[in-house]
Amino acid sequence: MTTIVDLDGVSPVAEGRVIGPPPPPDVLLDVRGLKTHFHVMDGTVAAVDGVDFQLKRGETLGLVGESGCGKSVTSLTIMRLIDIPPGEIVAGEIWFDGREILSLPMSDMRQIRGADMSMIFQEPMTSLNPVFTVGNQIAEAVKAHRQVSNKEAWDRAVEMLEAVGIPSPERRVKQYPHELSGGMRQRVMIAMALSCDPKLIIADEPTTALDVTIQAQILELIKSMQERTGAALLLITHDLAVVAETVQRMAVMYAGKIVETGTAEDVLLNPKHPYTQGLITSIPSNVARGQRLNVIRGTVPNPFRMPRGCRFQPRCPMAFEPCLDFDPPLRTTDPGRRAACWLHYPPSERPTSREVATSAAPMQTERVAKP
Amino acid sequence: MTSRIDTVVGAEAGIPSGLGAPDEISDVEVSLVSLNQWQLALKRFLRHKMALIGLAVFCTIIFISIIGPIIAPYNPIDIPGAKVQGGDPPSMQHLFGTDDAGRDVYTNIINGAHVSLAVGLFSTLIAGVIGVIVGSLAGAAGGFTDNLLMRIVDLTFAIPLLFLILVAAVFFGQGSMVALILVFGLLQWGLIARLVRAQFLSLRETDFVEAARAVGVSNLRITFRHILPNALGPVIVVMTLLMASNIVLEAFVSFLNFGIAPTEATWGNALSNSQGAMGDGNWWWAFFPGMAIALTVISINFIGDGLHDALDPRARL
Repeated sequence: MTTIVDLDGVSPVAEGRVIGPPPPPDVLLDVRGLKTHFHVMDGTVAAVDGVDFQLKRGETLGLVGESGCGKSVTSLTIMRLIDIPPGEIVAGEIWFDGREILSLPMSDMRQIRGADMSMIFQEPMTSLNPVFTVGNQIAEAVKAHRQVSNKEAWDRAVEMLEAVGIPSPERRVKQYPHELSGGMRQRVMIAMALSCDPKLIIADEPTTALDVTIQAQILELIKSMQERTGAALLLITHDLAVVAETVQRMAVMYAGKIVETGTAEDVLLNPKHPYTQGLITSIPSNVARGQRLNVIRGTVPNPFRMPRGCRFQPRCPMAFEPCLDFDPPLRTTDPGRRAACWLHYPPSERPTSREVATSAAPMQTERVAKP
Repeated sequence: MTSRIDTVVGAEAGIPSGLGAPDEISDVEVSLVSLNQWQLALKRFLRHKMALIGLAVFCTIIFISIIGPIIAPYNPIDIPGAKVQGGDPPSMQHLFGTDDAGRDVYTNIINGAHVSLAVGLFSTLIAGVIGVIVGSLAGAAGGFTDNLLMRIVDLTFAIPLLFLILVAAVFFGQGSMVALILVFGLLQWGLIARLVRAQFLSLRETDFVEAARAVGVSNLRITFRHILPNALGPVIVVMTLLMASNIVLEAFVSFLNFGIAPTEATWGNALSNSQGAMGDGNWWWAFFPGMAIALTVISINFIGDGLHDALDPRARL
């Protein structure tokens, strides 16, 4: 059972864990080999299973993938908002602003949340507490991190509402969430997330729950706020169009792993991984009228029974021998491009089935971390 | 909608110089009266006709219980009627008739009202205060604390009521009202505690609690400022219903002669005294106290029903 009054000071990872050297100072967020698993009744779900990526200061990165591929769990792990148990951060390091945050006690982590990194959620309709005014909630976020008077916190709330383009903020600030539309509430959420000038903004599907006409405005707002404050942006979405419009770099996730990274333009125009190719060709506008829509055959693998070898292999039109037994690691294919596919390895570097007997051990089971 | 539209002033629109393309900005600007959740609930409650009737009846009963003894036709310790076997039927002198001893039933009911109401109200308040504290502690802490507190709750449900009243009588004296209030309160807080805990468990999974955590709000603040106010709606409803059931319970234990001392004028005692009289056809003796109990309980239940609809967070105005 999880707790709200948790044991402050307990870090989610085992003591004596060996961590690597810090990343260079221009790297704001460095996620290394992150594995977040959930222990549920039917077994263990490896929701995030070895994710690596870096985000430089002021950079924008899109994390793309189907539902259930682990995008949201990745972001919640970075925020340390995963409930432990049933969750467990099995392995990995998260470096944020020069500190390894997985080893921080929860009280320190709370100081980082909202102040240095903050999150914009998917559901603006339910993410605001119905019993308080929006001003109250923004002021609360300010007061959680700054030694300010109630008046100053309130003024900051008004200022933030104005910054996110809410008309007559002095009046809106006194309103309750139910009095605002979905688009307005998402603006309030953005105001709340940015009220302490965070260095990293994590936006988890910020436009998915919104009306199509509002989506573009909210994206535009997030982008302009990001540019104005110089914060880095991690945008999580399943919508390739959103990625194309908003971010510089993107990472594609499939079944708990990153399968391809690169600049948004490169990845979208010249996808390397068969999964990314499938995603792009399945956009309906790519098909002439009357033609059948392109789909990726099959379904996302059952999290309790991940396929052997490459996880995309059962659905991959280009799967060949090594894919069946070996999971390809990410490999730099071009400068700034990485893909996890044996097709992009020279034949000499592909494992042969002779090695199967020795190296095709089952999934790593060592536990680096304990709750 | 949820807000009252006072004026429609289109020209007020388009003030801000904020970022992002205007979405609602270009809308017709309306002047809104902000209502918080409690004000909204009040509005919904005022639309509930049965609840309003219940409230009116209940207020009348409270009013009578306070000023009743002043305006009652007879002094409760007087025995105005003649001592007739089985009492006198209702007449102009004795509106609700008299009982065996010649006491005026109407006077008895009026004087008994405050006992029933006090037992119902105070026992429910005790149960509510303990229940909310224990329930939020269990729901917020989880783990071992939660388990321990919930087992204590199970225990309170296992204690037999009448036995506890007998034990309490040793300390407070036979037929003490304080003892009855304490026993009811101490046996029933578990009900509230379970409810509050359940509310906590579901509320802490809500998006707004996660959003509060994500901006670094402390756990204590999340518990008391974000979760507790949202959990109180159902608690208030259940407490109303509990109060009604405690009034019945008081009458019940008094009927069994476990309750308030039989010399006191209470509704339960009036019913208890009427045992056997029904067979003689002396209906007034039991009927009027019974009606008083039924009317009180029904009016409280209507209020509870109205509160349930008013405090339902999914309800729309």
